[in-house]
Amino acid sequence: MKNNNLFNKLSSRLDELSNLPKLDDEVSISKLIEEKGFSRREFMGWAGAMTAMLTLPASFTPLVAKAAEMADRLPLVWLHMAECTGCSESLLRSATPSIDSLIFDYISLEYHETIMAAAGWQAEQNLEHAIQKYKGRYILMVEGGIPHGESDYFLTVGAHGKTGEQSAKEASANAAAIFAIGTCSSFGGVQAAYPNPTNATALSNVTDRPVINVPGCPPSESNIVGTLLHFILYGTLPALDVYNRPKWAYGLRIHDACERRGRFDAGEFVEQFGDEGAKDGYCLYKVGCKGPYTFNNCSKQKFNQGTSWPVQAGHGCMGCSEPDFWDKMGIVHEPLGDRLYHTVFGGLGSDATADKIGVGILTVTAVGIAAHAAISLVKKPKE
Amino acid sequence: MSKRVIVDPITRIEGHLRAEVIVGDDGVVQDAFVSSTLWRGLEVIAKGRDPRNIPLMMQRICGVCTYSHYLKSTMAVEDALGIKIPYNAELVRTLMNAALFLHDHVVHFYHLHGVDWVDIVSALSADEAKASKLAFKYTDNPIGTGENELKKVKEKVAKFAKNPQGLGPFANAYWGHKTFRFTPEQNLIALSHYLKALEIQRTVAQMMAIFGGKNPHPQSLAVGGVTCVMDLLNPARMGEYLVKYQTIADFVNNAYYADIVMAAEMYKTEPSVMKPMGVKNFMAHQDMMVGRNDYLFESGIIMNGDLSKVFEIDEDMITEEATHSWYKDDAPQHPYDGTTNPNYTGFVDGDTVGPDGKMVNSKMINEKEKYSWIKSPRYKGEPMEVGPLACMLVSYAKGNKKAVKVVNDFLAKTGVPAAALFSTLGRTAGRMLQAKLIADNALVAFNNLIENLKVDQETCATYVIDKDKEYKGRGIGDVPRGMLSHWIRIKNGVVENYQAVVPSTWNAGPMDSKGAKGPYEADLIGLKIQDLTQPLEIIRIIHSYDPCIACAVHVMDTKGKTLSEYKIDPLYGGCSI
Repeated sequence: MKNNNLFNKLSSRLDELSNLPKLDDEVSISKLIEEKGFSRREFMGWAGAMTAMLTLPASFTPLVAKAAEMADRLPLVWLHMAECTGCSESLLRSATPSIDSLIFDYISLEYHETIMAAAGWQAEQNLEHAIQKYKGRYILMVEGGIPHGESDYFLTVGAHGKTGEQSAKEASANAAAIFAIGTCSSFGGVQAAYPNPTNATALSNVTDRPVINVPGCPPSESNIVGTLLHFILYGTLPALDVYNRPKWAYGLRIHDACERRGRFDAGEFVEQFGDEGAKDGYCLYKVGCKGPYTFNNCSKQKFNQGTSWPVQAGHGCMGCSEPDFWDKMGIVHEPLGDRLYHTVFGGLGSDATADKIGVGILTVTAVGIAAHAAISLVKKPKE
Repeated sequence: MSKRVIVDPITRIEGHLRAEVIVGDDGVVQDAFVSSTLWRGLEVIAKGRDPRNIPLMMQRICGVCTYSHYLKSTMAVEDALGIKIPYNAELVRTLMNAALFLHDHVVHFYHLHGVDWVDIVSALSADEAKASKLAFKYTDNPIGTGENELKKVKEKVAKFAKNPQGLGPFANAYWGHKTFRFTPEQNLIALSHYLKALEIQRTVAQMMAIFGGKNPHPQSLAVGGVTCVMDLLNPARMGEYLVKYQTIADFVNNAYYADIVMAAEMYKTEPSVMKPMGVKNFMAHQDMMVGRNDYLFESGIIMNGDLSKVFEIDEDMITEEATHSWYKDDAPQHPYDGTTNPNYTGFVDGDTVGPDGKMVNSKMINEKEKYSWIKSPRYKGEPMEVGPLACMLVSYAKGNKKAVKVVNDFLAKTGVPAAALFSTLGRTAGRMLQAKLIADNALVAFNNLIENLKVDQETCATYVIDKDKEYKGRGIGDVPRGMLSHWIRIKNGVVENYQAVVPSTWNAGPMDSKGAKGPYEADLIGLKIQDLTQPLEIIRIIHSYDPCIACAVHVMDTKGKTLSEYKIDPLYGGCSI
């Protein structure tokens, strides 16, 4: 019954959307997908997987497919703040022509500095034009932390020397929905790590409009496209966790769905990179995996269209979708509970804050994991 | 009367960059200034952290050359600690590097630089049958240029052209500009490759993810080696790499190479791309190990375009100064000892040429003072160009057999003299030649790895960091945008000082105390601009360097009240760039 109501609600939302004028009459997503050699069956298969990812019942698959086809109704503005362009690259270089990336390629990108042909005054005009023409209708995606307040001058764009913060504020004010793409615009990111010399901050701190965070360094293309589809389907904010991350993507701990979880449970750990355990795919906890403290779907979705993910490549998770992970996750190749070196804050910071991290369930887990690892050490001594 | 023209933002690059030129009535650039308008401060942030954390952090300097900083930073820590990594690890790092170079160069030429050469709207009037035939002139096995394929490409362009508002990312560009030289048919061929490259590059990204776990920002290096031992021991995984490698190698040989040969033919008479470059000093560093003592790139320095003599690099002679950068300490300093006391002075008000040709009030560079977050690196006090062209010239002049073959074949095929390489066109061609050098030879590393794995499965060396010892070391080599070096000092087991001297800093830096210009600025002087409201010539030159500005400025420090507010210790302020 509950599902029926939701189904009807989403259907009517999509009907409304389909009455909106297309931004470009000549482009149709479904036609395009066909042109690129994907059959209807493959497209529906993709929609099915996306439906599952969005934690919707399988019967909603046709709706997700329709939502994908509606993507050409949404103008998109993508702003670059203090960033490395990795998030843009995540989409652009996503694996073999996938349906995710196709949709993104053909969505109406009104402003994107990395790929747009215009430059200088003409580029500025494109942005102003998009904001005016699609006022209240466009989706804003922002990549990068934002130098803020009295240090906003660390980023200026354009001949008028407008600061990044000002641009982000203006674009946010008129957007239909705002997504912070990547850990930098979600939480400040690497430039906001101690001592945060540019006073970089999250997008949510420079606008009073609601911001959906899609963190990761960079987030996978499926998390970006999934967030977009979710908005198309619902027209509202998804269920969010305490850090404003969509629960459908960031609801599960990496550790819980990890392919090496069985090794952890069996107490089989890699002790050193390249050892016999590493060759056999043992658990990476003791060489620093932060999967137990990190909420994301990497272990299920992987990257580059399922090619791999860090744990598969023998390297632990670094916790990149958690706020302030650079300061709070300790040493990358050591367990969080086993820090030998002082890191930041004069030796108090990381160590001190790490103990406070995730007050509650995470701390309990950390203790549990450390204990588990300690016991297994007794059981399986180093050779 | 001379006028000022500002191009900001320069799009289709990584980062935030402004170019500002002073143009005479004859449209010729009299003076030029390049400024980076973003600072992030990663080297300041590195201080006091565990050295093992630094490579992943430095990787975040740039998501485009996503592997370069990760690798050189890891090498810097290894050099400091005196670690020799296993042979297998060297070769895997090369295979990941090959994926990076091939991805980067193809994406740069087609998606970032391509529309400076290719007029998309002109392709609309192409005869696809003629174009299909023409493609055979540039390669025996053309890609994506069958008549039917070209017809489809043309239809797509037609859609764009009919609805200018619907051009999306192609909107409002400089279509129809007088300096475009391709015929409609040639534009159509290149455009087809633009679309094809969009697909191919995704395959290349997977190539890196096979050993890297993901891309961008792979995560499989450790100080001492690599972590992806399971992938190496899995034949299916190795096979996967091989198949993808063959796809991209084919594209480089039959699309990228062919298009540059075509560009050489058509653009060799276009003055704005053949103008001799302003700085003719080149520096490159050995890299891309494909076997024991076998490298694709050589080390050395070429002065004043003289290919007959290659000087060895003396790393002590590398300095950076900040006369025109937003820092207080102006004098040249070596990266190990670099200090930075930032001093942001901003822009000044003034009139510049606006979008419709009328003068508008703008925020201008004050070139008499400081004007960029980028510093000015010098070698023995001289500016240097780094990048694929520098790498190819040095390797060629040093007689590296593999490089000599690639360069000589290209010169023979196009009939252009070696001197023509010292131009914007030459720089763009040099990047392709480097891609070809890798496409032709990276398999040597692959085969050596397979052979070695049969007898040796070491992938990661062990080491200890002694907290009572002080260490210093650097990771240096050529990455897709040129020579990159990371410099680290370790004390009490944590980072004492960290600096990176980045390719785009060498190329994009402002004037030095003697008024000598870096490569970007020097290259713009003397350039004739056809239409001040459409400065395509400027953008084409800047793009030919493949700017990566987040890289160039990640290390700046700041000062004044901000400094005290955010508690940066100016003694350790990172920053050499």
